[in-house]
Amino acid sequence: MRFFVPIALVVAWFAATSTGAIKSYQLASPQAVLVELNDLASRGLLWTDLGASLERVAIGFALAALLAIVLGSLVGASRTAEKLLDPTLQAVRSVPSLAWVPLLLLWLGIGETAKIALVAIGAFFPVYVALASAIRNVDRKLVEVARVLGVRGLPFIARVLLPAALPQLLVGLRIGLTQAWLFLVAAELLGASRGLGFLLTDGQQIARTDEILVAILAFAICGKLSESGMRLLERRLVDWTDTVIPG
Amino acid sequence: MNAIAIRGLVKRYGAHTIFDGLELDVAHGERLAVLGASGCGKSTLLRCIAGLESWDDGEIDVAGEIGYVFQEPRLFGWLDVESNIAFAARNAQEKARVAEVLALVGMTSARAKLPKHLSGGMAQRAALARALVRKPEILLFDEPLAALDALTRLELRASLRDILTQAGATAVWVTHDVEDALTLATRTIVLQRTLNFVRAVEPAVGIDVGVRRALLAALGVPA
Repeated sequence: MRFFVPIALVVAWFAATSTGAIKSYQLASPQAVLVELNDLASRGLLWTDLGASLERVAIGFALAALLAIVLGSLVGASRTAEKLLDPTLQAVRSVPSLAWVPLLLLWLGIGETAKIALVAIGAFFPVYVALASAIRNVDRKLVEVARVLGVRGLPFIARVLLPAALPQLLVGLRIGLTQAWLFLVAAELLGASRGLGFLLTDGQQIARTDEILVAILAFAICGKLSESGMRLLERRLVDWTDTVIPG
Repeated sequence: MNAIAIRGLVKRYGAHTIFDGLELDVAHGERLAVLGASGCGKSTLLRCIAGLESWDDGEIDVAGEIGYVFQEPRLFGWLDVESNIAFAARNAQEKARVAEVLALVGMTSARAKLPKHLSGGMAQRAALARALVRKPEILLFDEPLAALDALTRLELRASLRDILTQAGATAVWVTHDVEDALTLATRTIVLQRTLNFVRAVEPAVGIDVGVRRALLAALGVPA
């Protein structure tokens, strides 16, 4: 049932391109995409580009997640930190993240650092917002148990607040990872000599729709895999919750 | 020297006065039941003793470590029973006591279970074990049986009496249930709401007046 629409779409795509209703410079045929995919893969170019993109997402996302967990814990756990940091972070958040691009390019140049920074900016906020609000909403009753037992400070954050906030943190991480892929495309479209985004612009410049579609296919697979991976992690790590996790 | 000494305790919520100079002593080894109707400040008293709540005037002296059992089990959902109890352990010696208190509350066979798989009575047993693992000199109970069904309640009440006798700790037991007081306490006071604050009364228990009737009378319930 669930495969009906995708199969129908591919059949329609095949029909439209093989009858000549749609020209190949507008949309390459499915078989041309497969040939191009095989070609790029066998020449190793696909793996180079895929590797470059994966590396940028991994580093950018890891940095963002780390920073967001530290700042989110602080802001969620301490009123002082919240007053000090949250208004600024919320103000920064309200800037559409792509607006930072010119500054990033001026500061960091067009190299790897700027791309990773952009990915990190995109991934940071979903994680930060989810964690800070989850920690702020940790059951007061559990907090009192820790207080009576004299557990405070860092052990309190590590043993009570973070585990209690873990379900929402994981949802934040999943959204953050999706954002990371989104910002990776933006970063690579701006100028890259490697990466799946480069494959997109390259295909556009030489008017090769098959190459563009290979890149899109690769993005779809990466996005789906990272999403499924995060969901698996959620199910593994928070099977203690008594309710279905929203989101 | 008393385990708990409260002198001139004043507690207000805004314009609302709960305690206006409350005095209370709890001797070492004593098991005090604090009876009172809902909303009379029983829990507030316990929370002040435990330092969970601040007060406006007066002094509370507590000689020794406190273990607190809440009305709800308040277990950490992500830890199994054993780890919930070990949460309270600070050193190797207390960690080594985890198995002991598990057996004491009859939860050894359920030690690997997550809280979501526990019944109300089992969860409350685990919570009790967590409060016992440090061997606190003073145990505070905030209606730990109130949320349980009648049968579980009887069963847990009986094992609590044994456990408390065995532990020999000072205990303050807040409840609105006269049976709890009769079963578990060595002394009972009743918190009564007067015109504008709550006072502690020690019901006169005579030979010709049953303890239960005296307690019910102090609570204002016709016997």
